[in-house]
Amino acid sequence: MSNLQVSVYRYNPETDSAPYMQEFQVDTKGRDVMVLDVLHMMKEQDSGLAFRRSCREGVCGSDGMNMNGKNGLACITPLSDVVKNNKLVLRPLPGLPVIRDMVVDMGLFYKQYERIQPYLQNDTPPPAIERLQSPEERDKLDGLYECILCACCSTSCPSFWWNPEKFVGPAGLLQSYRFLADSRDTATSERLSNLEDPFSVFRCRGIMNCVAVCPKGLNPTRAIGKIREMLLADAT
Amino acid sequence: MSNLRSLTFDAIIIGGGGAGLRAALELAKSGKKTAVLSKVFPTRSHTVSAQGGITCAIASDDPNDDWRWHMYDTVKGGDYIADQDAAEYMCSEGPKAVFELEHMGLPFSRLDNGRIYQRPFGGQSKNFGEGGQAARTCAAADRTGHALLHTLYQNNLKNDTVFLNEWYAVDLVKNASGDVVGCIAMCIETGEVVHVKSKATVLATGGAGRIYASTTNALINTGDGIGMALRAGFPMQDMEMWQFHPTGIYGAGTLVTEGCRGEGGYLINKDGERFMERYAPNAKDLAGRDVVARSMVMEILEGRGCGEKGDHVFLKLDHLGEEVLGKRLPGIVELSKTFAHVDPAKDPIPVVPTCHYMMGGIPTNIHGQAITMDESGNDHIVNGLFACGEAACVSVHGANRLGGNSLLDLVVFGRAAGMFIEGALNAGIEYLDASESDIESAMKRITRWNESEGGESIPELKAELQDIMQTSFGVFREEKNMLEGVDKLALLRERIANAHLPDKSNAFNTARVEALELDNLMEVAEATAIAALERKESRGAHSRYDYPDRDDVNWLKHSLFFPATKELKKRDVNFKPKTVDTFEPKVRTY
Repeated sequence: MSNLQVSVYRYNPETDSAPYMQEFQVDTKGRDVMVLDVLHMMKEQDSGLAFRRSCREGVCGSDGMNMNGKNGLACITPLSDVVKNNKLVLRPLPGLPVIRDMVVDMGLFYKQYERIQPYLQNDTPPPAIERLQSPEERDKLDGLYECILCACCSTSCPSFWWNPEKFVGPAGLLQSYRFLADSRDTATSERLSNLEDPFSVFRCRGIMNCVAVCPKGLNPTRAIGKIREMLLADAT
Repeated sequence: MSNLRSLTFDAIIIGGGGAGLRAALELAKSGKKTAVLSKVFPTRSHTVSAQGGITCAIASDDPNDDWRWHMYDTVKGGDYIADQDAAEYMCSEGPKAVFELEHMGLPFSRLDNGRIYQRPFGGQSKNFGEGGQAARTCAAADRTGHALLHTLYQNNLKNDTVFLNEWYAVDLVKNASGDVVGCIAMCIETGEVVHVKSKATVLATGGAGRIYASTTNALINTGDGIGMALRAGFPMQDMEMWQFHPTGIYGAGTLVTEGCRGEGGYLINKDGERFMERYAPNAKDLAGRDVVARSMVMEILEGRGCGEKGDHVFLKLDHLGEEVLGKRLPGIVELSKTFAHVDPAKDPIPVVPTCHYMMGGIPTNIHGQAITMDESGNDHIVNGLFACGEAACVSVHGANRLGGNSLLDLVVFGRAAGMFIEGALNAGIEYLDASESDIESAMKRITRWNESEGGESIPELKAELQDIMQTSFGVFREEKNMLEGVDKLALLRERIANAHLPDKSNAFNTARVEALELDNLMEVAEATAIAALERKESRGAHSRYDYPDRDDVNWLKHSLFFPATKELKKRDVNFKPKTVDTFEPKVRTY
């Protein structure tokens, strides 16, 4: 089997006036390895290639990137899922400033996460043991709390590309709903009033790129729909 | 190097995993000027990968549960070299720390009565081993570490903790009196190197599983805090004690939680036999991890392994049914499909013992204060230096950690360190400032890499190191093989000292980070190798063919590795808990 042809986005602000695509030939010995393995093989050829990685099992969210046009996590994406005609094109997550090569500045993404006050708020004094929550109430957090902040969703969202300062984006809104849906949280009205403007939530156009790319199989569009319903109910 | 910019804090916490974030939260609430310095964005830390849960006697599953039973299990699990005052503190303070996490929002799974769900884990018992299997591990499905780490990060945001994310700590700075007064650190994004001044420096840098070729650990687990402390001349405790988790996915090394066996899964050999019944007739698949891992290796060595090469066994889960798998072990179903190409609802998962956890580390007391020992065997506090979590050796895990005790360790002792430092800062701390030459010594190794002009490649040296450790310091050990390993490591140390960093650029230079990490892997590997060679007995995770028995006469002791002389000394284990009777060493069976 011939070598895999990988084309990877390169940009080093110290030496490059503009980004460019660099071609690599990678011998995977015919194995269906993960894209992250391929990146490591390329780094052995060129130690300067920069990318983030940590857990290498899809739970830390470090290695979100764009692989043959689709966002995902390099560590849990086997070549067979993305490679076409023996070619793989790797680019950083779209829409965020590039620091170097595959490494983007996640500042805006984190800022939107922080904006939704991503922590439980409860104005009653805690009991001596845990707060009780029924299994049914707890079930409502499934599909929400598992977010790993990889930014695959928000950086595939056209509304976030155009308004990253004002639209919270799918990841932040999923977490917003995670706390709105939590029976232990008492800040519902404050949370909703922080989202009432035309941009924070309502810029979502239901394009559903977020759902298509989420490596954890989560559904931000549905969560955004629930927030909309709560906002509309709140307004009437 | 007076042109270095300096940053000044009351306390600097190096590492943004569970232990670091829990310590930071305590200090942020106190209003002290604190920062967390982490080489990755905090939620990318390895705590995120913890699956099964946090073991603690919160008396939810069993209203009569008792922290003393948990303490007994912990001491027995550690093969009697856990410090009993520390185990007592962890198990008795644990419920408070777990309830706090729940109050912070951690989305624990629940029982019908609304309390936190607890599952059985290995080595757990009721009534001091007399009352059968306990279910003491509090879980958020099989994503407890993720839920815990995110909850702690979120609460640090709530309390305005300062974060230096994607900063790398290079080395500790010591003053003329030998106190730790901060560190040298590098901003990864810009390459800027700064002098961080602090009255309290907390090493919460986690484990170092990447010294082995096959590990469940994240790629970032390179023992940075251990390396820093060793280079600063401080001793390491019980470094021979490495836990091999029974169920790493064959080939990939990714972890499959012990919670699978807690929920009723079990291991089988090529004949389909549930072989743990032979090795641990009572606890079976829920014996201590060291016991299960050894039994698996015995099966493989005796020709009953599975697969073409007969080099692994199977974890059978299909009998649990899709509902239990979907509800209690959803992450495992995902990981198994991705990394083993197996749907556990239909087929068993190929697994093999895989390096998982470092029981050893920086010796500390229960307040997280680092400890060293003088010639006459007396303990001394190291001024300014603290450690908590996997990087520390309090020691609650002794020679073998129980499942679910690592998450408890990191929240209990992260919290304890935070509280102690707050008190110490209130009482007033004054150390001598570091001099120019103190700072220069801490700059030595980054300067060495930056000036390297040729030499061997970093990834190749790292791979060699990992192979040496895998070959000579695995589940079973013996002298000849370990001597070879020690010799090879000595040569490797020379080669690493002359290795080459080709990329000298500043912006997000990951090659430089990997070079600095390689030095740390080397320090951890050497300490491990010498400690393993010198401890001439088998205890907990340290199993020797040539010394197959536990030797309480000579080795009911901690080992203490001193980097300057590369000597191994013995340190007394604490057998004096404050509120319960001492658990006397017994023969350890499951």
